[in-house]
Amino acid sequence: MSDLAVNARELNKWFGEGEARTFAVRDVSFEARFGEILYIVGPSGSGKTTLLSMISGILKPNSGHVLIENQDIWSLPDDGIADFRLNRIGFVFQDYHLFPRLTTVENVAIPLILKKMDWNDALKVALEYLDIVGLKARAQLPPVKLSGGEQQRVAIARAIASRPDLLIFDEPTASLDGDTGRKIVEFVKQDILSDRRCIIIVTHDSRIFEFADRIMKMEDGRITDVATGA
Amino acid sequence: MTGILKVAFKLLVNDRGKFFALLIGITFAVFLMVMMTSMFSGILTRASATVLNIGAKVWVMDPAVNNVASSIPMPDYVLNAVRSIKGVKYAVPLYSGGALVKLRSGTYQFVTVMGLDDATLFGRPALVEGKIEDIFAENAFIVVQDAEFGKLETPRVGTEFEINDHLGRVVGLARVNTSGLFGVPTLYTTFSRATTYIPSTRFTAAYVLIEPKGNGDLSYIKSEVQKLGYEALTQEEFIQKISSFYKYKTGLGINVLLMTIISFIVGLSISGQTFYTFILENLEKFGALKAIGAKGRELVFMILFQATFTALTAYGLGVGLATTLIVTARMRLPDYAAQITYANLGLAFVMVLIIAGVSSYIGIRKVIHIEPFDIFRG
Ligand SMILES: Nc1ncnc2c1ncn2[C@@H]1O[C@H](COP(=O)(O)OP(=O)(O)OP(=O)(O)O)[C@@H](O)[C@H]1O
Ligand SMILES: [Mg+2]
Repeated sequence: MSDLAVNARELNKWFGEGEARTFAVRDVSFEARFGEILYIVGPSGSGKTTLLSMISGILKPNSGHVLIENQDIWSLPDDGIADFRLNRIGFVFQDYHLFPRLTTVENVAIPLILKKMDWNDALKVALEYLDIVGLKARAQLPPVKLSGGEQQRVAIARAIASRPDLLIFDEPTASLDGDTGRKIVEFVKQDILSDRRCIIIVTHDSRIFEFADRIMKMEDGRITDVATGA
Repeated sequence: MTGILKVAFKLLVNDRGKFFALLIGITFAVFLMVMMTSMFSGILTRASATVLNIGAKVWVMDPAVNNVASSIPMPDYVLNAVRSIKGVKYAVPLYSGGALVKLRSGTYQFVTVMGLDDATLFGRPALVEGKIEDIFAENAFIVVQDAEFGKLETPRVGTEFEINDHLGRVVGLARVNTSGLFGVPTLYTTFSRATTYIPSTRFTAAYVLIEPKGNGDLSYIKSEVQKLGYEALTQEEFIQKISSFYKYKTGLGINVLLMTIISFIVGLSISGQTFYTFILENLEKFGALKAIGAKGRELVFMILFQATFTALTAYGLGVGLATTLIVTARMRLPDYAAQITYANLGLAFVMVLIIAGVSSYIGIRKVIHIEPFDIFRG
């Protein structure tokens, strides 16, 4: 295993055809390493989410390659990409996307169940991850009974339950107040990051910049600057 | 796979409001479909009661007869002509007609009188009381102990009554397999007594009943009877003819068909609509599942499972409800003509499967086309 978690080469993504064609991401190459937290920042519409989607197996680039441990993920068949997402990637969506009809612990167990783990075993493991994010006591509640920050932590528990080596956060603090947001990212840096894991965070929120190892700036679909974090 | 189905189950059932709306919609549709078709089956069987109870293999009748109660008498030569057809083992006349009975209380009651061939008593019912030979005694009648029995003030052997100004005496009580549709009690007597006691046209035999020598003789017998200007039908064909009459010539069948289709459409639209809203509300969650790594076919299985589970549960509830209602109604009204047949259950089942199929198709189309990217972008 190399220390490169992500190796993106010459990625291009455009929407529309002919006159209407607009580039969301243009000629982007970058690397992310295990053990680091990489931030992607930039104005709205600069292509951050599009780039994240391409490296996490959600959106196929029009050209270019995404190498994860020397495997070109976009050369995999559809089921292979689904398995790649299931086994290697943990997503924390901006609006969490938790199931309101399932209990908190069942929500966390979802990736394990998708991995065909036995139901009761999955719940047991999920409970351990809820413990990591400090919500073991809330396991049997539906997520709507939890606060925004707690729901975000449930989403994190779900993202790490399948033990992915790449964690993807898109605007994780956007719907949290400043203090809660800071606490979440601080927690992620201290308890979730490890030297076998890479975390990529897209954010506008300058209050959390201090937790970055590197900050990559995007503008108009291109990377304009890479700086080491505060 | 079972884990993912458990998730599907919880998503469905924990959404109480929608789940019950779905159940109620489909249950009600199944209930209506089963009730309508069962009532219709009941009525059809009742309408052919006489044919079933007499049990002759072949019936000869005027071609214009389309239901067993409105028979058209045939001249006597028909009987003799039929008897001389090759392949006929024996043939007997059957009288069927209506008469007015004056009961001991002084009230009048309309009855159906079946006159059995004096020589053979072909088509005689099973007796629960009395001896069949007593039918030859003076003024003798046998009363059928069916749902209409009470209308004759529950007579016993020896009870006397007036029938068209003649004296009648009950010599036996009979049991038949199928009650009639028309709510009229039935009396059996001999052909000769029936024709003398009951004023009628010059012709007297309503039907000629044939016992063929073998099944191979049927088509020849039929064509010979046709040459006489009459029609010979096997028992099944006659029942079929009566059923068609009620189905197509009375408006009954069309109404039942319409009601069944309406219940189906109501069920389909309620459940289709509700299921669609259910899917729409969960669409983002399905998208998130896809992003996390669920495969397309796993989502399809989830939806199929949800639709099938709901449909089958509702089917059980609907059939149960219909059965309970019919059984209860039978206990209160012995006359209640409704029977649940396998065909009815099968029909409702097919319709429920269609409802489940259409509902899941709508859901699956939606879910298959969600792009995790759109969910991701928020
Ligand atoms: N499905 C799509 N069809 C057409 N254009 C799209 C589509 N998805 C994204 N775009 C365009 O691509 C560009 C980049 O979008 P993207 O969502 O990646 O930006 P972003 O940097 O994440 O912005 P934000 O900070 O607002 O989330 C935008 O101009 C957007 O309008
Ligand atoms: Mg974005």
